[in-house]
This record gives sequence, structure tokens and C-alpha cells, in this order.
Amino acid sequence: MSPVAKKSVNPLSPKERIKVPRQLMPEQPADERNKNFTEVNLGYSPELARQEALRCLECAKPTCTDNCPVGVKVKEFVELIVAGDFLGAAAKIREDNVLPAVTGRVCPQEDHCEGKCLLSKKVKPLGIGYLERFVADYEQRMGTHVIPEIAPTGKKVAVVGSGPSGLTVAGDLIQKGHKVRVFEALHELGGVLVYGIPEFRLPKQIIREQLDYMREMGVEFETNVVVGRTVTIDELMQEEGYDAVYIGTGAGLPQFMGIPGEHFNGVYSANEFLTRINLMKAYKFPTYDEPMVELHGKDVAVIGGGNTALDAIRSALRLGARKAYVIYRRSDAEMPARAEEVHHARQEGIDFQMLTAPVEFLSDGKGWLTAARCVRMELGEPDASGRRRPTPIKGSEFDLPLSVAIMAIGTTANPIVQSTTPGLGTDKRGYIQADSETQRTTRPGVFAGGDIVTGAATVILAMGAGRRAASSIHDYLTNGKW
Amino acid sequence: MFKIIQAQFIAPGIKRFVLEAPRIARKQRPGQFVILRIYEEGERIPVTIENSDPERGTISIVVQSAGKTTHLLNSLNTGDQILDVVGPLGKPSEIAKFGTVVVVGGGVGTAMAYPSAAAFKRAGNRVISIVGARTKELVILEQELRGVSDALMITTDDGSYADKGFVTDKLRQLIQNGTRIDLVLAIGPIVMMRAVAELTRKENIRTVVSLNPVMIDGTGMCGGCRVLIDNKSEFACVDGPEFDAHKVNFEVLVQRNGMYRDAEQKSLADYQVAQQAHSLRNEEHCAIAQRSER
Repeated sequence: MSPVAKKSVNPLSPKERIKVPRQLMPEQPADERNKNFTEVNLGYSPELARQEALRCLECAKPTCTDNCPVGVKVKEFVELIVAGDFLGAAAKIREDNVLPAVTGRVCPQEDHCEGKCLLSKKVKPLGIGYLERFVADYEQRMGTHVIPEIAPTGKKVAVVGSGPSGLTVAGDLIQKGHKVRVFEALHELGGVLVYGIPEFRLPKQIIREQLDYMREMGVEFETNVVVGRTVTIDELMQEEGYDAVYIGTGAGLPQFMGIPGEHFNGVYSANEFLTRINLMKAYKFPTYDEPMVELHGKDVAVIGGGNTALDAIRSALRLGARKAYVIYRRSDAEMPARAEEVHHARQEGIDFQMLTAPVEFLSDGKGWLTAARCVRMELGEPDASGRRRPTPIKGSEFDLPLSVAIMAIGTTANPIVQSTTPGLGTDKRGYIQADSETQRTTRPGVFAGGDIVTGAATVILAMGAGRRAASSIHDYLTNGKW
Repeated sequence: MFKIIQAQFIAPGIKRFVLEAPRIARKQRPGQFVILRIYEEGERIPVTIENSDPERGTISIVVQSAGKTTHLLNSLNTGDQILDVVGPLGKPSEIAKFGTVVVVGGGVGTAMAYPSAAAFKRAGNRVISIVGARTKELVILEQELRGVSDALMITTDDGSYADKGFVTDKLRQLIQNGTRIDLVLAIGPIVMMRAVAELTRKENIRTVVSLNPVMIDGTGMCGGCRVLIDNKSEFACVDGPEFDAHKVNFEVLVQRNGMYRDAEQKSLADYQVAQQAHSLRNEEHCAIAQRSER
């Protein structure tokens, strides 16, 4: 049975489609981009996009959509690209995803849509992320957002946090006619998209454009509000008249290893390191007032193997680090970072010290970091996470000279909202309890999703939670049933 | 934007601001702070809230010129705006009836100690306040503190006002006189807080200090404000800013607060050069204007 639908606009037969090679993403040369903060990937041209779109097999039961946390209708938007209707393709994505220019760039497609693409059984999967990015950027350049007219429902929703899950909830609910106000603790909107992910992977202009679009649709934003401190959930509901609240406060307090010397000057959490660069523009000191430790000509290492770790060390390299290491206690196979980022980081000259872990930081006696004492590891039996447990190799200690060490080993739950909201249930790690389908918490009218429920995860998983939450908030506001 | 309702120097280099911040004013409790950013290129700095007026929707802060940002802040006047003010952050002071509470304020720390002293008094404590300053003009909030204290003692480093000496001299006297002290709250320079902690440690007097580490977001996200408490990392913004003085590693606090000293000095020097150039230009303009008038 042919997987190709009958009235396809695609002129190619399935066999021909498989023969079309995956179109390469144009990118800045590695030895140039490792010195600047301009985006690594340059984006498809319309010709490249159509060529890539032709590869879609148009499966009768598209596994790509089934594996997308927000359920983007991949087959349909790709077909619109083949037909040359790029704006139609963008509108099709927007039915399910309010931040296509973001997910097209930072989503780990290999774990979702592209990971289940039928093409990948024989050749490389369809470049779904690249195509999503292309149509989102195209739409933005054309400046032809359609602002839908919706009858107001008279209901008010407060969204706590302007990161990917909060923005998804806001975008979905405003289109249902509810009044939405987003509260953000920092002075800038976007959450991790702004303070965490660097410019070379996600230009801030893209976030600003998405936010402008949401403002046009009627979403209200208020910065400098730490919900739990500036105003509580109860006050929002009882005094400010919000009918429902969504908590999307994101990842929490950065973890440290608890090894000697972590308080030395030069040891940062990845959150602080990236916040100084991305949010506070410390690398433009003294034009900007926020300082950071000098990186030019210095040896820098990040501890950890996730996207945050790679974002931090690739930033350090761009700020002139002489040596830039990733120190990761497991092997390549277990690294949680996005495949494309690992590939890009290697091209740029990052030195990966795999199966290695620091056991102590050393200083100059005046409180400044000089080296990490490390130990080599080997992998044993699988642990609770299903990954093989690393164990130290006796006698393998060595000192790695360093001026800066960045800890990117995860986060723990931020307690501010939980501790100021009576009756809000938490799990034993302190994260907010929420139903995995409806995102309802233990408090009527209060929903939660993203990292504050699951612990640190990805942008797209947070957006998936936001989608489910928006749908169940709409149900709740419509039928009043809890 | 947050409007400055009132700005007034209360001592040389120390200015009190009343800011329009209704949300913060409603929620503020003694011991809490705000983080502010003056302008787009500015850094975020934590500043303790001195007081608030929920009815008027205002908070007051007291700022001492030290680095570029505080100099810039203190150049602002009534009617000017501050780009971002967020708070109230940190845990409030634990206010209860302890018995006799000694509140120690050093320098501009006195402004932060004052609301706590008032709250302790309202909670039914006997409040003894000790204020220390480098010199006479830097003694602030004397009348206000007197109003909420059963006794007020003042020291100046140079003896230009009240008694010459340090706040620890007064605290030592109290202890030696056999005064029963149930709690000491000390807010001021790190050296002062450390000296107070050393003194009360020997006497087993419960002592609380308010720490002022480097901070960015103030909500627990960045971890820049980590301090060693009982040899464990805690975050001053969410676990503090007040901690048991006898568990604080002051040495690490001093070391970490010195992390950006070079950059801070450069910022301040650049700022002062720019200010000088600015005032020179103004003088030149005046001179030219005068000449042309002649």
C-alpha cells in the first residue's frame, strides 16, 4: 500500500522522495561563529525549504504528529510548503504551537517528530524543525500575522511566568476569548528563552516578535512581579478577580555538587553565568554595568552534559576562552543535550572530557579558582534513570587548570509559590503536583505545568504541558466543574 | 517605571527615596529587600526596604553612594523614574516576643535595622538599639530609633558625636553589666556583623545578621548569592537574607563580595570621569555664555 495520499500536490513518487537528500542547514563557519554571538544556523531559503518538503512521505498515520508534545500537524504544513503557500503553512502550525520560531530552533526533534519519521528507517528523517523555523521566519518577515476576532468570555486567567509554558497557555487561552495577564519576576519577558538560551541559538529578537504578536492578540504582561512575594495566588484569585491561575515558574534553584571549593571566586552556576550574559549583557561591560569574570585567554570548563551546559561553554568560547571543556561523568551515548548542539560544539572546538568528574576545586589561596581535581569514570550497571551508572576509577585523579568552572548539573524546585499557597500539593522533591492530562493541581482553579511540575526538561515539553493546561482551563471556565 | 515621590539626602552620601510601588508596599515586612535596575544598561542591585506605606502605595529605601549604581541612584531626584523595582524579596525578619532584643545598626545598615526595631517594640519586646557610624554626620535615624527603643546608644569611630568607639564596645558593656539579652539583630558592614557574632558566640546569645551578597534575580534562580551557612550553601535571596550569625562563614562572604572589585572600581572611575567632564563642560558653557554677554 502506498503511503502517499491520492490528491497530493507533491509531484514525486515515494521512491523519488527517498532519493532526495536531506537539505543541509546553511550555517556560519565554525571558526567564525565561535567568536561571535550571531545565530549559528542561517535558515533555509524558500528553494531549500521546498526541496526538503518534497521528501515528506505523507504517511496515512503520521507518527511525527503523534510524537509532538503540542501535536503540530506536520504532514499538512509540509504539504502547504510544497504548494508554495508558506503563510498557510505558518497558520497551520500556529493552530497547535504559538511559538514556532522558537521550537523550530531549540526543540530536540530527534526525540519527537523526526525521531519517528518513516524516512529515518532508510535515510535521514525529514527536516521538520528546519521547515518549521523556515515558515515561522517567513511569516515574520512578511509581517502578516492574522489577529483572529474572538468574542470575549468575560473570564480572567493569571499566568505565572512568561517562559515557554506560560506563553503557550496565554496564546491558547486568548484565542478562546479569555482575558489573560502574564506575571513575570524578571524585568524582561520570555523566561528561560531570554535568560537561559543564548543569542547564537535563539536570537532575542525572535522572542520579542512573538511577544509583540501576543500583545496584539490582547495578552497583557506585567514584569517585576514575583508571585508568592509581590502578590500571592490567593490574592490574585480573591482580590484581583482571576477565575483561574496557571503556574509555570520554571526550573528552580541551581544545584551544586557539594564538593570542596565550590564557593571559590570563578565557580558559577550555569544559570548565573548565562543570566549575566544573556539577560544582563555582562559581556558588553562597561557599556552595560553588570560585570562578569574575565574569560579572555582563560581556561573554562562546564560540568554537565545537557543543553544548558553546552550553551554555557559555547558562550565562554565566544567570549575568548583559551580552552573550553565539557566535563561529563558519563559517555557520549548518555549526554542529554540536543544532537545538533553537540555536533556544533565539537565543530567549534569544545574539548569534551567524557567519563570525567570533578572531586574538588583548588584555589590560589586567595579564594580564586585555579584548577579542578578530576577523576576518570567507568560505566557500570544501569541506575534508576536507566543509564549506566558511572563509578570512579581508582588512581585516575588529575588536576585540570581552570580559571572558571560552570556547574550545569541540574536544578531543584523553587519553593516560593508552594510555600505561600496553602493547600497546593507538592511531591517529595518539592515540585508542584499536577495531573499529567489536565495539569490540575490540588487547589481548585489552579493549574501548573513545565519544569515546576516535572523538574528540568525541555522547552517543547513545557509547551506541551501548557497546551494541555490551556485546554483544561478552558473546560473549567466553560463548565465550572472541578 | 517606578516614580520617585520624594528624594532627600539624610547624611552626606546617604539618600532616602520614597518610591511609588503599590504592590510592594502592601506586602513588605521588616527584613525584606527589593532589587532595582535604574536604566536599560544598568545592573540589578539589592536594596533593603526601610519602610512602606500601604495606604499611599509607597516604599522607602535608603541608599549610600558606594559604586557606580548607587552614585547614579543618589543623583536622582523627586519626580525621576527608576526602570525596574521588584520585591519584596527574601524572608521577613522573625518578629516575636523574645524579651530583650538588642538591635545593632552600623552605618547605612541602621536604616534597615530601624523597621525591625520598631516591629520588635510593637511585639512587646524591650528594645535596646546601638547605632554606630564613622563620624557625626553619618549618624542617621537617631530620632526615629529613639522613638521605638527603650534605650539608644550611639558610637562614632572618631568620637565626633556621642561616644568614641564601636558598636561592639557598647554591646560588650551591656553583657558585662549583666543585662539579660534574648536576641541580637545586627545589620551593617560585614566586619561589624562578624565582630558582633564573635562577641555573642562566647555568651551563647542568639544573634541574627542580614547578609548582602552579590545577587542578580533575587528569586533563587541564579545562585549567585550563595553563602556558606554551617558549611552548607544557602541562597541569601530565598533562604535569607537573615541568618544565624554564629553559623555564617564571613570569610567566604568577604571573598565572594570581592569577586567583581576591579570591575566595580572601573565602573565607578569611568562614571566619575564622565561626571567631571560633564560639569567641566557646563562650566565652559557658562564661561562662554558670560563672555558673550559681556
